[in-house]
Amino acid sequence: MEKRVVITGAGIIGPVGNTVSENWKGALSGRSGIRRMTIVDPEQFTSQIAGEVKDFDPLDYFDRKLAKRIDRYTQFAMIAAREAYEDSDIVNSIEPERLGVIIGSGIGGITTLEREHKIAMERGVSRMSPFFCPMMISNIAAGRVGIDVGAKGLNLCTVTACASSGHAIAIAADMIKLGRVDAILAGGSEAPLTLTGVGGFCQLKALSTRNDDPKTASRPFDQDRDGFVLSEGGAVVMLEDMEHALNRGANIIAEVAGSGMTCDAFHITAPAENGEGSARAMKIAIDYAGIKPSDVDYINAHGTSTVLNDINESKAIETVFGKENAMKIPVSSTKSVTGHMLGAAGAVEAIFTAFALRDGILPPTATLQNPGEGCDLDYIPREARKVSIEYALSNSLGFGGHNVTLALKKYSGK
Amino acid sequence: MSLETRVTEIIIDKLGVKPEQVTMEAQFDTDLGADSIDQYELIMGFEDAFGLRIDEDEATKLTTVGKVVEYLKNKDLDN
Repeated sequence: MEKRVVITGAGIIGPVGNTVSENWKGALSGRSGIRRMTIVDPEQFTSQIAGEVKDFDPLDYFDRKLAKRIDRYTQFAMIAAREAYEDSDIVNSIEPERLGVIIGSGIGGITTLEREHKIAMERGVSRMSPFFCPMMISNIAAGRVGIDVGAKGLNLCTVTACASSGHAIAIAADMIKLGRVDAILAGGSEAPLTLTGVGGFCQLKALSTRNDDPKTASRPFDQDRDGFVLSEGGAVVMLEDMEHALNRGANIIAEVAGSGMTCDAFHITAPAENGEGSARAMKIAIDYAGIKPSDVDYINAHGTSTVLNDINESKAIETVFGKENAMKIPVSSTKSVTGHMLGAAGAVEAIFTAFALRDGILPPTATLQNPGEGCDLDYIPREARKVSIEYALSNSLGFGGHNVTLALKKYSGK
Repeated sequence: MSLETRVTEIIIDKLGVKPEQVTMEAQFDTDLGADSIDQYELIMGFEDAFGLRIDEDEATKLTTVGKVVEYLKNKDLDN
């Protein structure tokens, strides 16, 4: 019989909170994590707001030597992975060789890259830190997590922009189904709030410039949406072979029933017309899970708050479910409170989707006032909604035309 | 501040070790847990702090705290 894959632990550090439970509470109550930027001087940017991790001192998590040798993005990955690892309580129940790690990041260690580039330009390359390469590269978070928890199974990094951690979870679930390992810490992290990180997205005209009202700046599907809000953080789940989880009496949060992965093959940043690639990802995920479109009870949208994403993703949902049926399915974007955590976004949203299945409550699109033209679905505006659900989808779409949809299922024993 | 104190402070900062570990006899690798990249970064720290350049052949001989102090004492340091 084919293996099934379940989520047995979760960890998040991000703008809404520094633990997974704080994040879930914040998502349900619509507590925004967005504020005026403090990590970099905001004056120089058109977008001066961000979802920063708050009250954060790396020395609360790492000794001094280690803290200085891991980029901020790796710190977030390790913190989220530790939380998921501890939450899963797997520690004495798995062989190190049977535990894997897949941690995605859109950018990697750009803080380190900027600092060392400045040193190289001003003082010469001989003054660069010997730790530059193993701090900056995008895969090093996965490597560090492997060292941190002693995971000796498959270990790799997915780099697909804003779909990175959606892919991490999709690939990890398939690896477990293939029997390559018994469990995988899967997720993503990002720390893009630097001079060139923020500057680059500003130059793309992708970011909200609602600088006078940070808390409602990320307003997915709203008629006044004007771009996404850049955020940082990390999110990781423990994925596990269901039989393995049951044998050790693990606490199961939800099942990963399937996934769909496609490419637009259309444009490097704009979505394909009517979200054609995203629609195919959703269809594939539904087929993979062995269900029908009518079985889907909730969709956690990518919903970035850009003009193009939100209308095209809405159209994609209409394509998959039919216009009339699509309007009956609750859809929300929790980026309304988290902002866009890029490489961490997919895992954050997969966790929220899993918790919605477990708890029977759907997080709202907290900042939605008036849906924009072409955004005709039920976006769960402002208030969380209590409703027991069986199946849910979580979409992640990335620059490059990467689309990934996860199909999650409520776990109700067996 | 004495040369010993300055060297000790740099070592504590770079290697994250406790002050009492930094004896003159302490070996960077076995006693202070520094791998080869750690040691290279440490050498760069001494270079920056004391305004000198230590060539690789000399650097490989500086295996203990005491040897670094001795080496720096024999240099005509400008600060």
